[in-house]
Amino acid sequence: MMDSLDRALINGLQGGFPICERPFAAVAARFGCDEATVIERLRALVESGTLSRFGPLYNAERMGGAVCLAAMAVPAEDFDRVAEAVNRHPEVAHNYAREHQLNMWFVLATETPAQLQDVIQHIEAETGLRVHAMPRIREYFVELRLKA
Amino acid sequence: MNAPLSVPLDATDRRLIQATQAGLPLVPRPYHVLAEQLGLSPEEVIVRLQRMLDLGIIRRLGAIPNHYALGYRANGMTVWDVADEVVDALGERVGALEFVSHCYRRPRHPPDWPYNLFAMVHGRSREEVETKARAIRALLGTACRNHDILYSTRILKKTGLRLTG
Repeated sequence: MMDSLDRALINGLQGGFPICERPFAAVAARFGCDEATVIERLRALVESGTLSRFGPLYNAERMGGAVCLAAMAVPAEDFDRVAEAVNRHPEVAHNYAREHQLNMWFVLATETPAQLQDVIQHIEAETGLRVHAMPRIREYFVELRLKA
Repeated sequence: MNAPLSVPLDATDRRLIQATQAGLPLVPRPYHVLAEQLGLSPEEVIVRLQRMLDLGIIRRLGAIPNHYALGYRANGMTVWDVADEVVDALGERVGALEFVSHCYRRPRHPPDWPYNLFAMVHGRSREEVETKARAIRALLGTACRNHDILYSTRILKKTGLRLTG
């Protein structure tokens, strides 16, 4: 079970972690504990899966790659076969089933923008289904910070 | 368009990304440990990471929570059909709501898909997501013709973005 220190660390360290020689020591005072305790607690939170990880969140597009959301309307009886065909592509970073006629939503991430179209065409050919590309036209906000 | 410019990365940056994309070493001197692994000086690791953070290649550095583990079980993609003339102004305001984690304008696909504004809302229950969606609806007012909430029912894949090269 998480206690108040765990919650304070999760809420207080979702960004702004220092890049210096002893970063855990640099933040420990803010949480009223010492360096070893911060490290031990973060290790336990990663091990229990409460944190997916502790470190940098990279922006693929800034690295020269391309990212695109895509959606498909998949017949229920075909859902598992299509999910397998889509997921087999390493360019598919996430794939979610959602409640809607468009019931499969996935994110494609490629090293170059040209590869996006190739992957979409492959998926359409393999599944016989239309892929609706939903590229971002504008980004108004991206900042997933969750309160523990 | 506000697509970010891409920034050139050299081979050392790519090695540093590969060494850190699954997380930092949880030890007193994490950047020194990375430096040792990569055969670099600690100063170089620190300068390169700081540069990537300043340029937005690193969006943020720290704890990346698993939203299911924190009890956020309702993941609602709220989607809105908003008049084109005002969608950008309203999208900025929806994105500024504290409970919206991602907010984008995307193309419509008529007739199947009339929605052009996407706002991701996480909640501990569907009721919580619906309360938040009502606040978005109120903010959009008459500019909004139609909306829907698509809940995720299953994660089919979640590997995240990975540099393989």
